[in-house]
Amino acid sequence: MTTTQARPETPPAPPPRPPGWGAWLAGVARGAWRQLTSMRTALVLLFLLAVAAIPGSLLPQRNVELEKVQNFYREHPSLAPWVERIDGFDVFGSPWFAAIYLLLFTSLIGCLVPRLREHWRALRSVPPKVPARLDRLPQHTRVADYDGDVAAVAAALRKQRWRVAVRDDTVSAEKGYLKETGNLVFHFAFLAVLVAVALGSWYGWHGNRILVAGPDSAFCNSLQQYDESKLGPRVDEGGLPPFCLRLDDFQATFQDNGQPKSFRATVTVEGEGPARSESFSVNEPLRLDGASVYLLGHGYAPIVRYTDRFGRTQTKDAPFLSTDEMQTSTGAISFPDANVDPATGVRDPSLQVGFDGIYLPTAPTEPPFLRSRFPAEDNPGLLLTAYRGNLGLDAGIPSSVYQLDQGQIDSGRLSVVGEPKLLRPGEKWTLDDGSTVEFLGTKKYVTLSVRHDPGQGIALVASVFALGGLMLSLFGKRRRVFFRLASPTPTSRSRLLEVGGLPRTDYPGFAEEFTSTVAAVREKA
Amino acid sequence: MAALSDQLLVVAMLGYLVAMICSAAVYAFGSKGVVARVAERELVGAGGPPVVESVSPEPVVAARDGRAVWIGRAATVATVLATVAQVACLVARGIAADRLPWGNMYEYTIASTSVAAVAWLVVLARRPGLRHLNLYVSLTMVVLLGVAGLLLYVPIGPLVPALNSYWLAIHVSAIAISSGIFLVGFVPAALFLIRDGYDRGKVGFPFSLGQRLPAAAVLERLSFRLHAFAFPIWTFGALIAGPIWAEAAWGRYWGWDPKEVWAFISWIVYAGYLHARATPSVRKTTATWIAVLGFLTMLMNLFGVNLFFSGLHSYGGL
Repeated sequence: MTTTQARPETPPAPPPRPPGWGAWLAGVARGAWRQLTSMRTALVLLFLLAVAAIPGSLLPQRNVELEKVQNFYREHPSLAPWVERIDGFDVFGSPWFAAIYLLLFTSLIGCLVPRLREHWRALRSVPPKVPARLDRLPQHTRVADYDGDVAAVAAALRKQRWRVAVRDDTVSAEKGYLKETGNLVFHFAFLAVLVAVALGSWYGWHGNRILVAGPDSAFCNSLQQYDESKLGPRVDEGGLPPFCLRLDDFQATFQDNGQPKSFRATVTVEGEGPARSESFSVNEPLRLDGASVYLLGHGYAPIVRYTDRFGRTQTKDAPFLSTDEMQTSTGAISFPDANVDPATGVRDPSLQVGFDGIYLPTAPTEPPFLRSRFPAEDNPGLLLTAYRGNLGLDAGIPSSVYQLDQGQIDSGRLSVVGEPKLLRPGEKWTLDDGSTVEFLGTKKYVTLSVRHDPGQGIALVASVFALGGLMLSLFGKRRRVFFRLASPTPTSRSRLLEVGGLPRTDYPGFAEEFTSTVAAVREKA
Repeated sequence: MAALSDQLLVVAMLGYLVAMICSAAVYAFGSKGVVARVAERELVGAGGPPVVESVSPEPVVAARDGRAVWIGRAATVATVLATVAQVACLVARGIAADRLPWGNMYEYTIASTSVAAVAWLVVLARRPGLRHLNLYVSLTMVVLLGVAGLLLYVPIGPLVPALNSYWLAIHVSAIAISSGIFLVGFVPAALFLIRDGYDRGKVGFPFSLGQRLPAAAVLERLSFRLHAFAFPIWTFGALIAGPIWAEAAWGRYWGWDPKEVWAFISWIVYAGYLHARATPSVRKTTATWIAVLGFLTMLMNLFGVNLFFSGLHSYGGL
């Protein structure tokens, strides 16, 4: 749409009295179509798209940062449902956003198809006849003593890759068709990007999960194994590529101020032939057959051994979520099967045990033990608060694994045991009922995103084409030159050559090119 | 080296300040300045043809203008020195940190304004007649460098892992270069609007500056060429290199992160400008307003998004 063609902005005056409803409707439809495919409408739609994107950056978006949407609900309980109703938390998937870009693309197609046809015709046609008055053109000159003939003029021009038409004693030449070609390529590439995005959302899928180090926590690629996942509507769950991952090692290095320097995860991949070890990092995803694995985050999972009042021991690890840059992490560890009487085998739900914890990779030397001083484990400490009672897990209601059920605590069914206590690795804490809890150490975990998007290659190729087309259309110049050779005079072999030049697009350097073209033609004679 | 870099920033700022003051002096007292024009008007009033504001290569130098010419030269020299100091500041920072010097918002601002400064010198070398615009360019530079030095400054440190990729060289450089050129393109765009308003008889404050500006068509054309040059680089940086890196780092090539949203908005607005500029039925002033709007979205993206929103691009060091 970047050339200098004005389209009719409005349909021509409607007929005074439409013959019938059918014709009237057809007239309205034609008018609407013409309006939609006009340059002005396309520009307005383009701006609407920009304006419509703004709320997407002002409001938290569900698919970008879910927690912030939940925060928004908490902070503005009356406003949030209204925002929800207009898809404010999913701007880029909303019907109104789609309406704008679909209208824009329809407008684009309506604009491009006729231009494609026109350009196709132009590409196959010869340059037009030489105008009668060459001196009326923006560039004009006379060569008094031209020794050659029209064939020589044409040859010189062809050498400079002009498209040439010779008629009698005149030569018309045109150049710069690539401008419109580039223009069309640019816009069609945009349609291709839209197709690629659609393909990606239909045939793509992703799953996110936390992967704790060690053989016990390995996972395989199926939906149940993900904490959060999304399949495109055309993806069959059974068709996901079969592979299993086990986190063997995770290394993080930090600067003195706690800023991370490097991350590296080492995993064992199974399922694609023999098991093999792979290592990957931020910016360097693990590329598997049909999926890529991205390292999004990392953290610590404290390991706790609980020995209940009957002497039965259970060991658990639970990933804790980091709350700041120094990896102060919070989480919970539940022992719902604690205190089962070995004599009767009866589980008393009011004797379940759970711990709320704050893990400090580098704990301060003295209280309060609330914030870690450094993200690496220089002086680890686990601040535990013990709870005994009904953990509320039996009701089958899904709850967060990172904290104990606050409802159970508030209702008194789950109550605090003693004071919170900071445990160093290997330290043991004996609770009032003689049971003990021991902090054994930590495992590392990584947050992974496993993704497949079949559209991304197409989108990349299309956008490279778009860029190429854009440059051609921005820097290309369509221009014509015309030559007319006067009839030979009996006295001299030289003839008068009259030359005119017409830049068909905005082209400030045309005068220089015109001069050099004329010079080249002269030289060739 | 780090200290040297910081000192060079101060030198650059002082240089632009000197350039600004000298340009302002030429403005007031030069051959096209207030004093000169009063004299000129008397001459023209005596029956000569109306004086059309032009970008004549060298104004007629009367004896009283000698000083103004020297001040004008000093302004140009100061601009060149300031640009050299600024680029040196960037290079020194890169050497001190042993990496590309655009890993946080402070460095990014210095880098993109360096591009703007160099682009301006190129324009200046090719079109000496536009040197009157130096006042506005150096003013913009002083303001932006001031913001960078006072508000955004962070000490040198290594890159966070998320930025540790060769795409930093490709993506951020392309963005910095195109933003720098958009910044230079914005100056003639804004001045075109002033000059155009002046030509249409407006006399209020910003338009009164118009009489000392180059011809409207020259400004408009310069602005278009700078934008047309920067736009493909922006397209490459924001919509090709950015998504490729985003795919490797975050797993998706486009995810509507606030920075991505605003890059998209800027792209759309500048695309709208180029379309409007190419459509004869759209007036040049309307088109240029779109370019000005585009620059505002760029500012929003650089400062607004980094300061007010948090997102995946938050490594501004703020």
